[in-house]
Amino acid sequence: MTEQIETTSTATFTVKRGLADMLRGGVIMDVVNPEQARIAEDAGACAVMALERVPSDIRRDGGVARMSDPQMIEEIIATVSIPVMAKARIGHFAEAQILQSLGVDYIDESEVLTPADEANHIDKWTFDVPFVCGATNLGEALRRISEGAALLRSKGEAGTGNVVEAVRHLRQITGDIRKITQADSAELYDWAKQLRAPIGLVQELAETGKLPVPLFCAGGISTPADASLVLQLGAEAVFVGSGIFKSSNPAHFAAAIVEATTHFDDPSVLAKVSRGLGDAMPGLEIDGLSQRLADRGW
Amino acid sequence: MLGQLGAQTVAVKTPAQLDGLDGVVLPGGESTTISLLLDRGGLLEPLRAAIAGGLAAFGTCAGLVLLAASVLDGRPDQHQLGGLDVVVRRNGYGRQLQSFECVLDGCGALEGRALDAVFIRAPIIESVGPGVDVLSSLNRDGVERAVLVRQGSVMASAFHPELTGETAVHALFLEMVASVRAGSLG
Repeated sequence: MTEQIETTSTATFTVKRGLADMLRGGVIMDVVNPEQARIAEDAGACAVMALERVPSDIRRDGGVARMSDPQMIEEIIATVSIPVMAKARIGHFAEAQILQSLGVDYIDESEVLTPADEANHIDKWTFDVPFVCGATNLGEALRRISEGAALLRSKGEAGTGNVVEAVRHLRQITGDIRKITQADSAELYDWAKQLRAPIGLVQELAETGKLPVPLFCAGGISTPADASLVLQLGAEAVFVGSGIFKSSNPAHFAAAIVEATTHFDDPSVLAKVSRGLGDAMPGLEIDGLSQRLADRGW
Repeated sequence: MLGQLGAQTVAVKTPAQLDGLDGVVLPGGESTTISLLLDRGGLLEPLRAAIAGGLAAFGTCAGLVLLAASVLDGRPDQHQLGGLDVVVRRNGYGRQLQSFECVLDGCGALEGRALDAVFIRAPIIESVGPGVDVLSSLNRDGVERAVLVRQGSVMASAFHPELTGETAVHALFLEMVASVRAGSLG
């Protein structure tokens, strides 16, 4: 029996990726306090993302957006029994160290917060807690994986209620994956160069036809139909930020988006849950934005 | 994984999809979320009845929690499918940072072979009833606890055999499904 104890290991890549696998098919909701976390859990969220302000408020208020108050994160951890994620600024490994010490289940190194490093992302291999990172294209996705991310999400354009950028990013990623599976072995070197991604990951992708970590979707999802759209485009789960708590009826919207995610390929269920929902969050045109959050990260 | 072993699989989201199945897999995830969705989708009662009626079932992690007769540290409104006379403690092995992988000693049913097992925010099996066979157990923090159990046509694991490419546990489930079909079990 002592032999078993010796062979037990925590924080391996399998363990980090394992939780992401368990979230597939689910909805991860942004919450800013324990009351919202409770509403999210009651509605069927598979995890919550604790943050200080939802993206649409960050966009409106401006200023530097940082990691949330540890006390608020701890209160949310104490309130719900589902996994709790929290955001750190891009490159801000000290914030990530603090979040890890709080015992969060996942850290989102997120472009929604103001970046702390203009050249480097966090070296995620040095952490025990797993990381999720955003990507607008396949090169970014593979660079994040090479840095140790165990889960990816499309960036979309957070806080707009506009799904167009999430769709663009998902299609960029899945479209390039399809092309790479058709490439011959010599072409893979050029792909790696174009994508600015490690050749080993590009070769692995060509062989398996899929990323080595799950791909979720974030940024602009605000209706049940939006959730269905991105799942049909290949996302394996959705992050919903401002879309829920900036809608006219958060509990209903949350439950409807959960059900839409489960039954994403059944239009009759989607019609049922979309009926009489009330107003979705007010949306923004991408061209009118003064700040594009998706451009953050390198 | 089951497909790799020659079984035909289908994702069940509505009660009608239960028709014609020889067995059902209750996967990992969040047991409270799954319980809620089973209830909203009208699957809870039909599934509970089917399992009570002898439909072979295999639950991993959250699936184990759903099949357990009793749950500690769950939500009060969490529904149980039942079928397995065990008491489980939800997230008993801790949060993500305490999640782990290990090699489990083999057991009789698996011809003594060792198993690669991944435990993600896993439930602890606190106790098992008299009708439950313990197929594998783990000594963690000095306490030996069951991690793979079977009772009649219901099997469950605290770990995720689907995450390691380990086919032995799924093969065992398919054997069980075959014997239920042949009428020699359940």
